[in-house]
Amino acid sequence: MPRKNSIFGALIQIVTMQNNFISVSDLSKEDILSLLKDAAKFEANPNQRLLEGKVVATLFFEPSTRTRLSFETAANRLGARVIGFSDPNATSTSKGETLKDTIKMVSNYADVIVMRHYLEGAARYASEVTDVPIINAGDGANQHPSQTMLDLYSIWKTQGTLENIDITMVGDLKYGRTVHSLVQALSFFHPKFHFIAPDLLRMPLGYRDFCVRHNLEYDEQERFDEEAINRTDILYMTRIQRERFSDLREYEQVKNVYCLHKAMLDNAKPNLRVLHPLPRVNEIAYDVDESEKAYYFQQAQNGLYTREAIICRMLNIQL
Amino acid sequence: MAKTELEVSAIANGTVIDHIPADVTFKIVQVLDLYNHPGAITVGTNLASKTLGKKGIIKIADRFLTDEEIGRLSVVAPNVTLNIIKDYQIIEKKYVQYPKLIVGVVKCSNPKCITNHQPVATKMELFDEKLKSLRCVYCERVMQQNEIELL
Ligand SMILES: [Zn+2]
Repeated sequence: MPRKNSIFGALIQIVTMQNNFISVSDLSKEDILSLLKDAAKFEANPNQRLLEGKVVATLFFEPSTRTRLSFETAANRLGARVIGFSDPNATSTSKGETLKDTIKMVSNYADVIVMRHYLEGAARYASEVTDVPIINAGDGANQHPSQTMLDLYSIWKTQGTLENIDITMVGDLKYGRTVHSLVQALSFFHPKFHFIAPDLLRMPLGYRDFCVRHNLEYDEQERFDEEAINRTDILYMTRIQRERFSDLREYEQVKNVYCLHKAMLDNAKPNLRVLHPLPRVNEIAYDVDESEKAYYFQQAQNGLYTREAIICRMLNIQL
Repeated sequence: MAKTELEVSAIANGTVIDHIPADVTFKIVQVLDLYNHPGAITVGTNLASKTLGKKGIIKIADRFLTDEEIGRLSVVAPNVTLNIIKDYQIIEKKYVQYPKLIVGVVKCSNPKCITNHQPVATKMELFDEKLKSLRCVYCERVMQQNEIELL
């Protein structure tokens, strides 16, 4: 998206007339809704050779098989050719080449660059050194906007709207960048948030503050139980990682508390759906997979359609 | 009082930085690298001020600040006044305003930010006008005023 009024308020216009997909904070409500509509068209028909003769580069400075396969499948189904690397050790990056030089080099070959990097801000910087559109496929703990789009698409599709959704986020709300971006992106749509996390992993002050600034209703609790599930439309589960805990006993306690079992969904609203950015560890028991309320596998599949929509948008291809 | 004082150490040409919050007077000396300025410098601090309680004032002979320097200055001391002196006269008064975008002055506090690993100039945008917090354009980290560290 060209940088414009962001949800952080008036941002400085940084000269980019080119299309980039760097951060949820660049997206307007209209951007989000029109991308969702395009994604729906790709769900109806995923194979559209709109990118015949185009080259999509996927540069993964940090491995992420799941995201890379999703983007590459999207490019392939659009008829584009894919170049790139999934292992930075195989490139001159490991010999100390700067990001700028790598991006400049790839810009000679590709029509659009999908990149994942372990440094935060890498995608924004890359967009400043090239005229080729950049799609951020994750920059450290900062942004992963295509994940947010597939989350939004999943909510939109299962609830029929993004407006006035009651959404409960569970687990690691401190380090989980997907929940942070989702809070930002939903801010246009009058959501009601419930943040459920152990004290150690509660939603950071910056995002609670964001809710206050944007008049978003939210509450917080540590207890995860049926009561919390039965009132909500979307149950967004996240992974709690062992590395976050200095005390392993505390981790063992917490990981069993923030775990969903099928029986807990018995009295949930009929429209409730369970989302999870995947991969899961043990926060969703396997018996939940059989529930019609489990939506995380379709959610991942929706990544294909939203990424097809994003790639086409970057190349100004009208659907 | 301000009047007599100005006369005591009046400068013929140069810049007077006034209305400095007293606790950052010496920080400004550092930020503007006044240690290496060859001309005369008067630094006063903990002076009585009606609006600030205690204020600082710095008079620098034969030096006019560049926009970049004013940008640096505003990060540590927003709302100071700059008096530009020529021939003992104030020919211009500038009220320093917090810039909307600060390039290459403030260090990003996020150790995983690209600006701390690759040759990339930092870029900070004003996040909250009242709190004077900044947000890194690259990694999107928000820094409160007391966390701001200059490069
Ligand atoms: Zn940064």
